[in-house]
Amino acid sequence: MDERLDNTDRAILNALQGGFPIVARPFAAVADELGLDEATLIERVQTLLDRGVASRFGPLFNAEAMGGAFTLAALAVPEDRFADVAALVNAHPEVAHNYRRGHDFNMWFVVACEQPERIAEVLREIERETGLPVIDLPKEEEFFLELKLTA
Amino acid sequence: MMPEQCPIDATDRRLIEATQGGLPLEPEPYQAVGDKIGLEGEEVERRLKRLLSIGVVRRIGLVPNHYALGYRANGMAVWDVADAQVSALGRRVGALDFVTHCYRRPRRLPDWPYNLFSMVHGKSRDEVEEKVARIAALLGEACRAQDLLYSEAILKKTGLRLGPREGG
Repeated sequence: MDERLDNTDRAILNALQGGFPIVARPFAAVADELGLDEATLIERVQTLLDRGVASRFGPLFNAEAMGGAFTLAALAVPEDRFADVAALVNAHPEVAHNYRRGHDFNMWFVVACEQPERIAEVLREIERETGLPVIDLPKEEEFFLELKLTA
Repeated sequence: MMPEQCPIDATDRRLIEATQGGLPLEPEPYQAVGDKIGLEGEEVERRLKRLLSIGVVRRIGLVPNHYALGYRANGMAVWDVADAQVSALGRRVGALDFVTHCYRRPRRLPDWPYNLFSMVHGKSRDEVEEKVARIAALLGEACRAQDLLYSEAILKKTGLRLGPREGG
């Protein structure tokens, strides 16, 4: 647990992971439930963002529901080329996330495109630029998606 | 080719572009967004409610940073589960309270034999492994192989960015 978080911060993080109300004064409505006042809640949220405890505040969009598409792709990158390949992959604006993971397939990235057919093009470009074969692992079924972390 | 049916109109797109970086931290955030794009606050609210109901918006809220909350170990547990059982078992794995994401994906033989992916966060690797063992127990004999890939570094992380519409 991050000891810099007090109980109010934790209550805010838990209360605001989803379900922020769509009403004229939503912070006032949430503040009321938490026993805070509106200005204090807004200030606390700003501070959580400034400190990096939260990465963003607002709507989370599902690109697929907008007609876009995602895939998860992986590369097995030789260790001595890792930084160079990461730079080549990350240079594509369609690459939304990229993680190093402990495995022969050591680079895992999400490609998000508005045009579904663009996904294959981006993966081919990455193969051409890096000279490495990409494995493409598009989602075929989703079983759950919700943040359940407790602060 | 028929264009894909798009559930959002041009005004929705403007609303998405105006909010994808976040909501303004002020007492009337929806009105503030509306002021920027020429809509009444109530119209912004009405459109966001519709986008939520059709799944374009998954939720509205604060996105916590796992690391800052002490969830420093992140494991992608992957499983080779018999095709006949993967959907039923995937639903049960996805319902576990410590699994944040669970998907079925294609195998890529011979290099990649796994078709079920589950993301497990923990405050330590021991905690992740204890949770992964619970998934293994749930999958039982339907699971023929498994692996666990820890996240070692975030190389890039950006939210979804809706760019200018291509081709009008």
